[in-house]
Amino acid sequence: MAEYKGILVCGELADGKLASITTELLGCGRKLADELKEELSCLLASDAVSAAAKEAIAFGADKVYAVEHPTLKEYQADSYTQVVEKVVKDISPRVILIGQTSVGRDMAPRLAFRLGTSVTTDCLNLSVDPATKLLVQTRPVYGGNAQAVFTSQLMPQMVTVRAKTMSPLERDASRKGEVIPTEVDIDTSKVRTKILETVKEEAVGIKLEDAPVIVSGGRGMGGPQPFQTVLKELADLLHGAVGASRPPADNGWVPEHLHIGLTGKIVAPDIYIAIAISGASQHTAGCSGSKHIIAINKDPEANIFREAEFGVVGKYEEVVPAFTSKLKELLAG
Amino acid sequence: MIVCCKQVPDPEAPPSVFKVVNNKMTVPPEVKPVIGQYEEFALEAALKIKDTAGGKITALSLGNNFVRDVIKKALAVGADELVLLEDKAFEDGDSWSTADALAAAVKKIGTYDIIFCGRQSSDWDAGQVGLGIAEILGIPAVTLARKAGISDGKAKVERVIPDGYQVIEVTLPAVIVVTSGIGALRYATLKGIMAAAKKQPVVWKPADIGLEPSKTGAAGRRSKLDKLFQPVKESKCEIIEGETVAEAGAKLAVRLREAKLL
Repeated sequence: MAEYKGILVCGELADGKLASITTELLGCGRKLADELKEELSCLLASDAVSAAAKEAIAFGADKVYAVEHPTLKEYQADSYTQVVEKVVKDISPRVILIGQTSVGRDMAPRLAFRLGTSVTTDCLNLSVDPATKLLVQTRPVYGGNAQAVFTSQLMPQMVTVRAKTMSPLERDASRKGEVIPTEVDIDTSKVRTKILETVKEEAVGIKLEDAPVIVSGGRGMGGPQPFQTVLKELADLLHGAVGASRPPADNGWVPEHLHIGLTGKIVAPDIYIAIAISGASQHTAGCSGSKHIIAINKDPEANIFREAEFGVVGKYEEVVPAFTSKLKELLAG
Repeated sequence: MIVCCKQVPDPEAPPSVFKVVNNKMTVPPEVKPVIGQYEEFALEAALKIKDTAGGKITALSLGNNFVRDVIKKALAVGADELVLLEDKAFEDGDSWSTADALAAAVKKIGTYDIIFCGRQSSDWDAGQVGLGIAEILGIPAVTLARKAGISDGKAKVERVIPDGYQVIEVTLPAVIVVTSGIGALRYATLKGIMAAAKKQPVVWKPADIGLEPSKTGAAGRRSKLDKLFQPVKESKCEIIEGETVAEAGAKLAVRLREAKLL
């Protein structure tokens, strides 16, 4: 039986650069590797990865397995999973860390079933049990109404990790590491899907994930219009972005890419202003990493007030315009 | 077409009703079970194909102690057949044991073009079962589908990606894992409800699908649940008040400036 050793991060690239989730996984992986006194490696697979490979070392990797192949430019499950499976079988890591991202969600369960192991998705917390050396995996369940702790005896131990829950290391360009160019043959006969078209739908302006301030509306907004007027005015004033909880997205009041929550985007701005959002766990799962949450809701019992630091109880139609105009005055002065 | 659906405690119930007792989630009896929200979308995706291309829909569910009126909603909205994997032995499984049992049931059902699943259950939220079924059956899978149709023996799927969507063509048979955006599940018609009341679900035990009870459900898990808990959250919200609600809004602006947040 192979000996399973080390931590492997399945890295991702965003616009050719190392993705922020990957730096977070490397930060977490470094701690686990040091605790186990084992190596931290990172797998990068795309059309060109050499610049990102150096970055992965600067962010903590001891080794980077660099797979370059033109067909890997765009994520395609059947080809990408083959690559990861082959590398994993070659190096037999003890632990595999994957981002709970569009790619990770799609790839991790496939890989786990192929390897005959289990994967715990959407982890918030990881540690090593000192006695058993097993990875202790904590994830939210029941829409965030509880958390569950899992372990698995099967190797490799696989997890996906929620974005913005782990801290990257300070970037250190002098850190030493090894880039290992890795050839993988991709069996195209096993690629059963074809991407016919990729369509960008993102609105112009600040991206939700990058916005320092988010003004978010919920079911209580009652329709699409306030998102374009009351909320947008406040967001513009604060150089922020407009977001929403799930009901406005499901009802088509806002496009899906503005949906913040367990199954939408995970954001962690400095300021999160939740307006007419009740604060179901589904939603707070997507915004609880915010530095400061401010809630405006007509229901004093709304769950969002348990998350918020400051709040006003009242109808948003009355509170928000007064808030915005006072703020405008203060910011001008 | 086969649609996998799960009976779960209503996830829209207020957070305070969910209580962990002895490492198990409990909800009071007034919280009614429902078909998970993403499985409702999966059902709607199958019904939309049936509307245009025809075909038969088999709803498939795994669990124990199904509330017949809840799970029969699948029949009421237009599924032709309901298969329940219902046995104590199926309880407390994980993504692996669930996918394993569902895949065994799919094999017994026999012919199918598409297996629709929801992106994640509304209780454990793991998001693995659809992909697991595809891997066990050796068929392709497309996840996060917000639109799906069949033409020329292939399925065409709109898959949601972070900044838009992709149009993906996949060979059949395939698993399609559905997210929101497909449209809410249609209401059952009176005729549909009456017809569903007359139909009896097919119930299979582990042995009926070739599984040993000692290797499914809790006994078939690959991951071990060590602990289920609810982190205690202390509310420390400062509520800003005023003579009028508008005044409270203005005072909030002043308070946030004072706190140097804005």
